[in-house]
Amino acid sequence: MPSNDNKHYVPRDRNWHPPAHAPGYKTTVARSPRQALVSLLSPTVSERAGPDFTRLRMGPHDNDLLLNFREDPALAGSAGLPIGERVIMFGRVVDQFGKPVPHTLVEMWQANAGGRYRHKKDRYLAPLDPNFGGVGRCLTDESGWYRFRTVKPGPYPWPNDVNSWRPAHIHVSVMGPSISTRLVTQMYFEGDPLIPLCPIVNTLRDPEAVETMIGRLDMANSRSMDCLAYRFDLVVRGELQTYFENQG
Amino acid sequence: MHQPNTRPLTQSLLKETASQTAGPYVHIGLALDIAGLPPREEEIWNRLASDDARGERIELVGRVIDGNGDTVRDALLEAWQADADGEYQCRFDLQAPFNSFGRTAATVENDGEWTFSTVKPGAVALPDGRKMAPHVNLAVFARGVNVQLHTRLYFDDERDANDACPILNSVESPTRRRTLIAIREEAGEQRRYRFDIRLQGEGETVFFDF
Ligand SMILES: [Fe+3]
Repeated sequence: MPSNDNKHYVPRDRNWHPPAHAPGYKTTVARSPRQALVSLLSPTVSERAGPDFTRLRMGPHDNDLLLNFREDPALAGSAGLPIGERVIMFGRVVDQFGKPVPHTLVEMWQANAGGRYRHKKDRYLAPLDPNFGGVGRCLTDESGWYRFRTVKPGPYPWPNDVNSWRPAHIHVSVMGPSISTRLVTQMYFEGDPLIPLCPIVNTLRDPEAVETMIGRLDMANSRSMDCLAYRFDLVVRGELQTYFENQG
Repeated sequence: MHQPNTRPLTQSLLKETASQTAGPYVHIGLALDIAGLPPREEEIWNRLASDDARGERIELVGRVIDGNGDTVRDALLEAWQADADGEYQCRFDLQAPFNSFGRTAATVENDGEWTFSTVKPGAVALPDGRKMAPHVNLAVFARGVNVQLHTRLYFDDERDANDACPILNSVESPTRRRTLIAIREEAGEQRRYRFDIRLQGEGETVFFDF
Protein backbone atom coordinates (compact mmCIF):
# COMPACT_ATOMS: atom_id res chain seq x y z
CA MET A 1 0.00 0.00 0.00
CA PRO A 2 2.44 1.89 0.32
CA SER A 3 0.98 5.26 0.19
CA ASN A 4 2.59 5.64 3.58
CA ASP A 5 5.96 4.41 2.40
CA ASN A 6 7.24 7.85 1.56
CA LYS A 7 6.01 9.51 4.72
CA HIS A 8 7.70 9.93 7.99
CA TYR A 9 6.79 11.76 11.14
CA VAL A 10 8.04 14.58 13.29
CA PRO A 11 9.99 12.90 16.11
CA ARG A 12 8.05 12.42 19.31
CA ASP A 13 9.14 14.91 21.98
CA ARG A 14 9.80 12.52 24.84
CA ASN A 15 10.16 15.39 27.31
CA TRP A 16 6.67 16.59 26.52
CA HIS A 17 5.08 13.21 27.16
CA PRO A 18 5.23 11.74 30.65
CA PRO A 19 8.43 9.84 31.50
CA ALA A 20 8.14 6.06 31.85
CA HIS A 21 9.40 6.27 35.43
CA ALA A 22 7.16 8.72 37.31
CA PRO A 23 7.25 7.62 40.97
CA GLY A 24 4.29 9.82 41.99
CA TYR A 25 2.22 7.33 40.00
CA LYS A 26 3.43 4.27 41.85
CA THR A 27 2.62 1.58 39.29
CA THR A 28 5.17 3.10 36.89
CA VAL A 29 8.02 2.21 39.25
CA ALA A 30 8.13 -1.51 38.39
CA ARG A 31 6.78 -1.11 34.87
CA SER A 32 9.22 1.42 33.43
CA PRO A 33 12.24 0.37 31.37
CA ARG A 34 15.63 1.26 32.88
CA GLN A 35 17.47 1.01 29.58
CA ALA A 36 17.30 3.81 27.04
CA LEU A 37 14.90 3.44 24.13
CA VAL A 38 16.73 2.43 20.94
CA SER A 39 16.18 5.18 18.39
CA LEU A 40 15.52 4.12 14.82
CA LEU A 41 17.33 6.79 12.87
CA SER A 42 15.62 5.79 9.63
CA PRO A 43 12.19 4.40 10.38
CA THR A 44 11.16 1.74 7.87
CA VAL A 45 7.85 0.85 6.28
CA SER A 46 7.16 -1.18 9.44
CA GLU A 47 6.92 2.06 11.41
CA ARG A 48 5.67 4.37 8.68
CA ALA A 49 2.64 2.38 7.64
CA GLY A 50 -0.42 1.64 9.72
CA PRO A 51 -3.91 0.16 9.56
CA ASP A 52 -6.74 1.88 7.72
CA PHE A 53 -10.09 1.12 9.37
CA THR A 54 -12.49 2.47 6.75
CA ARG A 55 -13.79 -1.07 6.15
CA LEU A 56 -14.35 -1.87 9.82
CA ARG A 57 -18.09 -2.34 10.06
CA MET A 58 -19.62 -0.44 12.93
CA GLY A 59 -23.05 -0.45 14.48
CA PRO A 60 -25.32 2.59 14.17
CA HIS A 61 -24.87 3.56 17.83
CA ASP A 62 -21.19 2.79 18.30
CA ASN A 63 -20.51 6.49 18.99
CA ASP A 64 -23.64 7.04 21.07
CA LEU A 65 -23.15 5.83 24.64
CA LEU A 66 -26.62 7.03 25.57
CA LEU A 67 -28.06 4.33 23.33
CA ASN A 68 -25.45 1.67 22.68
CA PHE A 69 -25.96 -0.33 25.86
CA ARG A 70 -29.72 -0.01 25.88
CA GLU A 71 -31.51 -3.33 25.64
CA ASP A 72 -33.82 -1.95 22.99
CA PRO A 73 -32.53 1.14 21.17
CA ALA A 74 -36.03 1.74 19.83
CA LEU A 75 -37.41 2.41 23.34
CA ALA A 76 -39.31 5.67 23.44
CA GLY A 77 -38.45 8.72 25.53
CA SER A 78 -36.10 8.50 28.45
CA ALA A 79 -36.87 4.84 29.20
CA GLY A 80 -33.62 2.93 29.35
CA LEU A 81 -31.31 5.95 29.23
CA PRO A 82 -28.26 6.13 31.49
CA ILE A 83 -28.22 8.38 34.56
CA GLY A 84 -25.95 11.42 34.45
CA GLU A 85 -25.22 14.71 32.74
CA ARG A 86 -25.79 14.32 29.03
CA VAL A 87 -22.79 15.56 27.07
CA ILE A 88 -21.51 15.71 23.54
CA MET A 89 -17.79 15.14 23.27
CA PHE A 90 -16.46 16.21 19.91
CA GLY A 91 -13.41 17.56 18.21
CA ARG A 92 -11.02 17.30 15.40
CA VAL A 93 -8.03 15.07 14.84
CA VAL A 94 -5.26 17.11 13.24
CA ASP A 95 -1.55 16.60 12.88
CA GLN A 96 1.14 18.92 14.20
CA PHE A 97 0.92 21.01 11.03
CA GLY A 98 -2.80 21.49 11.57
CA LYS A 99 -3.67 19.12 8.74
CA PRO A 100 -6.90 17.20 9.42
CA VAL A 101 -6.63 13.43 9.78
CA PRO A 102 -9.64 11.97 7.97
CA HIS A 103 -11.15 8.48 8.42
CA THR A 104 -9.05 7.57 11.39
CA LEU A 105 -10.29 5.39 14.23
CA VAL A 106 -11.10 7.17 17.50
CA GLU A 107 -12.05 4.92 20.42
CA MET A 108 -13.07 5.94 23.94
CA TRP A 109 -14.08 4.35 27.22
CA GLN A 110 -15.15 5.69 30.56
CA ALA A 111 -16.76 5.15 33.96
CA ASN A 112 -20.47 5.85 34.47
CA ALA A 113 -21.81 8.96 36.21
CA GLY A 114 -21.04 7.38 39.60
CA GLY A 115 -17.40 6.69 38.73
CA ARG A 116 -17.84 2.93 38.22
CA TYR A 117 -16.52 1.03 35.21
CA ARG A 118 -18.40 -1.82 33.61
CA HIS A 119 -15.39 -4.10 33.94
CA LYS A 120 -15.13 -7.45 35.70
CA LYS A 121 -12.28 -6.09 37.77
CA ASP A 122 -13.82 -2.82 38.99
CA ARG A 123 -15.02 -3.37 42.55
CA TYR A 124 -15.76 0.26 43.47
CA LEU A 125 -18.88 0.50 45.63
CA ALA A 126 -20.65 2.96 43.30
CA PRO A 127 -23.38 1.10 41.38
CA LEU A 128 -23.30 -0.04 37.79
CA ASP A 129 -25.83 1.70 35.59
CA PRO A 130 -27.95 -0.94 33.83
CA ASN A 131 -28.21 1.31 30.78
CA PHE A 132 -24.58 2.29 30.42
CA GLY A 133 -21.73 0.29 28.90
CA GLY A 134 -19.06 2.98 28.65
CA VAL A 135 -17.45 2.33 25.27
CA GLY A 136 -17.59 4.21 21.98
CA ARG A 137 -15.81 4.36 18.66
CA CYS A 138 -16.08 6.16 15.34
CA LEU A 139 -14.07 7.18 12.32
CA THR A 140 -13.26 10.84 11.78
CA ASP A 141 -15.00 12.40 8.79
CA GLU A 142 -13.43 13.90 5.68
CA SER A 143 -12.25 16.93 7.70
CA GLY A 144 -11.02 15.05 10.75
CA TRP A 145 -14.08 15.58 12.98
CA TYR A 146 -15.33 12.98 15.46
CA ARG A 147 -18.30 13.05 17.81
CA PHE A 148 -19.62 11.02 20.73
CA ARG A 149 -22.72 11.36 22.85
CA THR A 150 -22.43 10.14 26.43
CA VAL A 151 -22.84 11.07 30.09
CA LYS A 152 -20.17 12.84 32.07
CA PRO A 153 -18.19 10.23 34.03
CA GLY A 154 -17.85 10.57 37.79
CA PRO A 155 -14.50 10.85 39.60
CA TYR A 156 -13.39 7.72 41.40
CA PRO A 157 -10.92 6.77 44.13
CA TRP A 158 -7.96 4.52 43.36
CA PRO A 159 -5.12 3.02 45.32
CA ASN A 160 -2.00 5.14 44.97
CA ASP A 161 -1.62 7.66 47.78
CA VAL A 162 -3.89 6.98 50.74
CA ASN A 163 -6.61 9.14 49.22
CA SER A 164 -6.07 9.51 45.48
CA TRP A 165 -8.98 10.37 43.19
CA ARG A 166 -9.10 10.40 39.45
CA PRO A 167 -10.66 13.56 38.03
CA ALA A 168 -13.61 12.91 35.74
CA HIS A 169 -12.00 11.63 32.53
CA ILE A 170 -12.66 9.82 29.30
CA HIS A 171 -9.95 7.51 27.94
CA VAL A 172 -9.29 8.23 24.27
CA SER A 173 -7.38 6.18 21.71
CA VAL A 174 -6.52 7.42 18.23
CA MET A 175 -4.68 5.60 15.48
CA GLY A 176 -3.68 8.33 13.03
CA PRO A 177 -2.16 7.44 9.66
CA SER A 178 0.61 5.19 11.00
CA ILE A 179 1.58 3.13 14.00
CA SER A 180 4.04 5.98 14.60
CA THR A 181 1.15 8.33 15.33
CA ARG A 182 -0.62 5.91 17.69
CA LEU A 183 -1.76 7.77 20.78
CA VAL A 184 -3.70 6.87 23.91
CA THR A 185 -4.63 9.70 26.23
CA GLN A 186 -7.38 10.90 28.56
CA MET A 187 -9.70 13.86 28.27
CA TYR A 188 -10.32 15.84 31.45
CA PHE A 189 -13.09 18.36 31.96
CA GLU A 190 -12.29 22.04 32.08
CA GLY A 191 -12.37 23.47 35.59
CA ASP A 192 -12.28 20.18 37.50
CA PRO A 193 -10.50 20.87 40.83
CA LEU A 194 -9.24 17.28 40.96
CA ILE A 195 -7.05 17.73 37.86
CA PRO A 196 -4.06 19.35 39.63
CA LEU A 197 -4.28 16.76 42.44
CA CYS A 198 -4.10 13.72 40.20
CA PRO A 199 -0.85 11.67 40.28
CA ILE A 200 -1.48 10.46 36.71
CA VAL A 201 -1.98 13.98 35.36
CA ASN A 202 1.09 14.99 37.32
CA THR A 203 3.29 12.51 35.48
CA LEU A 204 3.51 15.38 32.96
CA ARG A 205 6.19 17.92 33.75
CA ASP A 206 4.94 20.78 31.60
CA PRO A 207 1.66 22.50 32.59
CA GLU A 208 1.13 23.28 28.91
CA ALA A 209 1.15 19.58 28.14
CA VAL A 210 -1.68 19.13 30.67
CA GLU A 211 -3.64 21.77 28.76
CA THR A 212 -3.63 19.52 25.68
CA MET A 213 -5.76 17.01 27.60
CA ILE A 214 -8.52 19.38 28.73
CA GLY A 215 -11.91 19.20 27.05
CA ARG A 216 -13.36 22.72 26.81
CA LEU A 217 -16.96 23.58 27.55
CA ASP A 218 -18.40 24.72 24.22
CA MET A 219 -21.76 26.45 24.73
CA ALA A 220 -22.15 27.19 21.03
CA ASN A 221 -22.28 23.47 20.26
CA SER A 222 -24.38 22.58 23.30
CA ARG A 223 -27.98 21.66 22.60
CA SER A 224 -30.69 23.63 24.31
CA MET A 225 -32.77 21.58 26.76
CA ASP A 226 -30.65 18.54 25.89
CA CYS A 227 -26.90 18.38 26.51
CA LEU A 228 -23.70 20.32 27.08
CA ALA A 229 -20.80 20.00 24.66
CA TYR A 230 -17.10 19.57 25.36
CA ARG A 231 -14.61 20.09 22.60
CA PHE A 232 -11.47 18.01 22.59
CA ASP A 233 -9.10 18.29 19.64
CA LEU A 234 -6.46 15.63 19.25
CA VAL A 235 -3.07 16.49 17.78
CA VAL A 236 -1.06 13.58 16.41
CA ARG A 237 2.49 13.62 15.06
CA GLY A 238 3.05 15.72 11.96
CA GLU A 239 3.47 13.97 8.66
CA LEU A 240 6.49 14.80 6.51
CA GLN A 241 7.24 13.71 2.97
CA THR A 242 10.48 11.98 2.15
CA TYR A 243 11.63 13.19 -1.23
CA PHE A 244 15.01 11.48 -1.33
CA GLU A 245 15.12 8.00 0.02
CA ASN A 246 18.76 7.16 -0.56
CA GLN A 247 21.60 9.22 0.72
CA GLY A 248 24.26 7.69 -1.51
CA MET B 1 12.12 37.32 20.42
CA HIS B 2 12.57 35.57 17.11
CA GLN B 3 11.14 36.86 13.88
CA PRO B 4 8.33 34.51 12.90
CA ASN B 5 10.19 33.47 9.77
CA THR B 6 13.37 32.66 11.62
CA ARG B 7 11.85 30.55 14.34
CA PRO B 8 13.08 26.97 14.39
CA LEU B 9 10.56 24.69 12.76
CA THR B 10 9.75 22.91 15.99
CA GLN B 11 8.31 26.11 17.48
CA SER B 12 5.81 26.54 14.68
CA LEU B 13 4.47 23.03 15.16
CA LEU B 14 1.44 22.26 17.25
CA LYS B 15 2.31 20.19 20.28
CA GLU B 16 1.16 16.60 20.20
CA THR B 17 -1.66 15.76 22.60
CA ALA B 18 0.09 14.33 25.66
CA SER B 19 -0.07 10.59 26.27
CA GLN B 20 -1.62 9.04 29.37
CA THR B 21 -1.71 5.47 30.60
CA ALA B 22 -4.41 3.27 29.11
CA GLY B 23 -5.16 2.25 32.70
CA PRO B 24 -6.44 -1.00 34.21
CA TYR B 25 -9.76 -0.88 32.37
CA VAL B 26 -8.39 -0.50 28.83
CA HIS B 27 -10.35 -3.61 27.86
CA ILE B 28 -13.67 -1.78 28.06
CA GLY B 29 -12.54 0.32 25.13
CA LEU B 30 -10.19 -1.92 23.15
CA ALA B 31 -10.90 -5.54 24.19
CA LEU B 32 -14.60 -5.69 25.08
CA ASP B 33 -14.79 -9.43 25.57
CA ILE B 34 -12.06 -9.30 28.24
CA ALA B 35 -13.99 -6.62 30.15
CA GLY B 36 -17.15 -8.73 29.94
CA LEU B 37 -18.93 -6.46 27.47
CA PRO B 38 -21.02 -7.74 24.55
CA PRO B 39 -19.26 -7.59 21.16
CA ARG B 40 -20.21 -4.99 18.56
CA GLU B 41 -20.77 -5.70 14.90
CA GLU B 42 -17.05 -6.19 14.25
CA GLU B 43 -14.22 -6.24 16.75
CA ILE B 44 -10.46 -5.99 16.23
CA TRP B 45 -8.88 -9.03 17.87
CA ASN B 46 -6.04 -11.52 17.91
CA ARG B 47 -6.67 -13.67 14.85
CA LEU B 48 -4.77 -11.95 12.06
CA ALA B 49 -5.01 -14.86 9.64
CA SER B 50 -7.94 -17.04 8.63
CA ASP B 51 -7.48 -20.59 7.31
CA ASP B 52 -7.39 -19.19 3.76
CA ALA B 53 -4.43 -16.93 4.44
CA ARG B 54 -1.28 -17.65 2.44
CA GLY B 55 1.75 -18.70 4.43
CA GLU B 56 2.72 -20.78 7.39
CA ARG B 57 0.22 -20.62 10.23
CA ILE B 58 1.79 -19.84 13.56
CA GLU B 59 0.83 -18.86 17.06
CA LEU B 60 2.63 -16.22 19.08
CA VAL B 61 2.42 -16.44 22.86
CA GLY B 62 4.09 -14.72 25.75
CA ARG B 63 3.89 -12.78 28.94
CA VAL B 64 4.65 -9.26 29.99
CA ILE B 65 6.86 -9.29 33.09
CA ASP B 66 7.50 -6.34 35.40
CA GLY B 67 10.64 -5.26 37.26
CA ASN B 68 9.83 -7.54 40.20
CA GLY B 69 9.66 -10.57 37.93
CA ASP B 70 5.89 -10.73 38.25
CA THR B 71 3.58 -11.35 35.33
CA VAL B 72 1.55 -8.32 34.28
CA ARG B 73 -2.10 -9.34 34.08
CA ASP B 74 -3.69 -6.21 32.64
CA ALA B 75 -1.65 -5.43 29.53
CA LEU B 76 -3.05 -4.88 26.06
CA LEU B 77 -0.85 -5.56 23.03
CA GLU B 78 -1.16 -4.45 19.44
CA ALA B 79 0.52 -6.35 16.61
CA TRP B 80 1.47 -4.97 13.21
CA GLN B 81 3.12 -7.32 10.75
CA ALA B 82 3.63 -8.01 7.06
CA ASP B 83 1.91 -10.91 5.32
CA ALA B 84 3.75 -14.04 4.16
CA ASP B 85 5.03 -12.10 1.12
CA GLY B 86 6.52 -9.32 3.23
CA GLU B 87 3.79 -6.80 2.37
CA TYR B 88 1.76 -4.83 4.89
CA GLN B 89 -1.97 -5.18 4.30
CA CYS B 90 -3.02 -1.75 5.48
CA ARG B 91 -6.69 -1.95 4.63
CA PHE B 92 -8.14 -3.62 7.72
CA ASP B 93 -10.96 -5.88 6.58
CA LEU B 94 -12.31 -8.77 8.62
CA GLN B 95 -13.55 -10.38 5.41
CA ALA B 96 -9.97 -10.58 4.11
CA PRO B 97 -7.95 -13.75 4.80
CA PHE B 98 -5.15 -11.77 6.44
CA ASN B 99 -4.90 -8.51 8.37
CA SER B 100 -1.66 -6.87 9.37
CA PHE B 101 -3.16 -5.46 12.58
CA GLY B 102 -4.48 -7.20 15.69
CA ARG B 103 -4.93 -6.86 19.43
CA THR B 104 -4.59 -9.24 22.34
CA ALA B 105 -4.53 -9.04 26.14
CA ALA B 106 -2.71 -10.59 29.05
CA THR B 107 -5.29 -11.09 31.79
CA VAL B 108 -5.90 -12.83 35.10
CA GLU B 109 -8.07 -15.37 33.26
CA ASN B 110 -5.31 -16.48 30.90
CA ASP B 111 -2.71 -16.29 33.66
CA GLY B 112 -1.08 -13.36 31.93
CA GLU B 113 -0.38 -15.22 28.69
CA TRP B 114 -1.35 -13.36 25.53
CA THR B 115 -1.68 -15.04 22.13
CA PHE B 116 -1.88 -14.08 18.48
CA SER B 117 -2.94 -16.46 15.76
CA THR B 118 -1.29 -15.44 12.50
CA VAL B 119 1.03 -16.46 9.68
CA LYS B 120 4.76 -16.08 9.70
CA PRO B 121 5.57 -12.73 8.10
CA GLY B 122 7.85 -12.57 5.08
CA ALA B 123 11.02 -10.49 4.99
CA VAL B 124 10.21 -6.84 4.35
CA ALA B 125 12.27 -5.06 1.70
CA LEU B 126 13.88 -1.69 2.35
CA PRO B 127 14.14 0.92 -0.42
CA ASP B 128 17.86 0.21 -0.81
CA GLY B 129 17.19 -3.45 -1.57
CA ARG B 130 18.27 -4.84 1.79
CA LYS B 131 15.75 -6.90 3.69
CA MET B 132 14.56 -6.83 7.24
CA ALA B 133 14.27 -10.24 8.83
CA PRO B 134 10.69 -11.44 9.38
CA HIS B 135 9.30 -9.61 12.39
CA VAL B 136 6.14 -8.54 14.16
CA ASN B 137 5.90 -5.02 15.59
CA LEU B 138 4.35 -5.04 19.04
CA ALA B 139 3.06 -2.15 21.16
CA VAL B 140 2.41 -2.63 24.88
CA PHE B 141 -0.24 -0.62 26.72
CA ALA B 142 -0.91 -1.07 30.43
CA ARG B 143 -1.64 0.53 33.74
CA GLY B 144 1.63 2.13 34.85
CA VAL B 145 2.84 2.53 31.25
CA ASN B 146 2.56 6.23 30.44
CA VAL B 147 3.40 5.98 26.74
CA GLN B 148 3.02 2.68 24.89
CA LEU B 149 6.23 0.70 24.46
CA HIS B 150 7.19 -0.42 20.96
CA THR B 151 9.21 -3.55 20.39
CA ARG B 152 9.78 -6.11 17.61
CA LEU B 153 9.41 -9.86 17.74
CA TYR B 154 11.91 -11.78 15.56
CA PHE B 155 12.08 -15.57 15.04
CA ASP B 156 14.84 -17.84 16.34
CA ASP B 157 14.68 -20.08 13.25
CA GLU B 158 15.60 -17.15 10.95
CA ARG B 159 19.22 -16.96 12.00
CA ASP B 160 20.75 -15.77 8.75
CA ALA B 161 18.05 -13.21 8.11
CA ASN B 162 18.33 -11.98 11.70
CA ASP B 163 22.12 -11.64 11.40
CA ALA B 164 21.63 -9.46 8.31
CA CYS B 165 18.71 -7.38 9.56
CA PRO B 166 19.69 -3.69 9.67
CA ILE B 167 17.17 -2.88 12.39
CA LEU B 168 18.16 -5.75 14.63
CA ASN B 169 21.76 -4.67 14.15
CA SER B 170 20.94 -1.12 15.18
CA VAL B 171 20.76 -2.58 18.70
CA GLU B 172 24.39 -2.38 19.66
CA SER B 173 24.50 -4.97 22.41
CA PRO B 174 24.25 -8.60 21.24
CA THR B 175 22.87 -9.51 24.65
CA ARG B 176 20.08 -7.00 24.30
CA ARG B 177 19.44 -8.05 20.69
CA ARG B 178 18.55 -11.50 21.98
CA THR B 179 15.61 -10.03 23.91
CA LEU B 180 13.91 -9.53 20.53
CA ILE B 181 14.04 -13.18 19.47
CA ALA B 182 11.01 -15.40 19.97
CA ILE B 183 11.74 -19.06 20.71
CA ARG B 184 10.08 -21.79 18.71
CA GLU B 185 8.21 -24.41 20.73
CA GLU B 186 6.77 -27.72 19.68
CA ALA B 187 3.06 -27.62 20.27
CA GLY B 188 1.64 -30.57 18.35
CA GLU B 189 0.47 -29.56 14.89
CA GLN B 190 0.66 -25.87 15.64
CA ARG B 191 3.95 -24.04 15.26
CA ARG B 192 4.31 -21.74 18.22
CA TYR B 193 6.78 -19.04 19.19
CA ARG B 194 7.20 -17.75 22.72
CA PHE B 195 8.10 -14.13 23.36
CA ASP B 196 8.23 -12.75 26.88
CA ILE B 197 8.42 -8.99 27.23
CA ARG B 198 10.43 -7.83 30.24
CA LEU B 199 9.56 -4.25 31.08
CA GLN B 200 12.47 -3.69 33.43
CA GLY B 201 15.61 -5.17 34.92
CA GLU B 202 17.45 -8.32 33.97
CA GLY B 203 16.84 -9.27 30.36
CA GLU B 204 14.91 -6.05 29.79
CA THR B 205 13.35 -6.10 26.33
CA VAL B 206 14.59 -3.59 23.78
CA PHE B 207 12.01 -0.86 23.18
CA PHE B 208 12.26 1.44 20.21
CA ASP B 209 11.71 5.12 19.65
CA PHE B 210 10.77 6.02 16.08
FE1 LIG C 1 -9.99 5.66 34.11
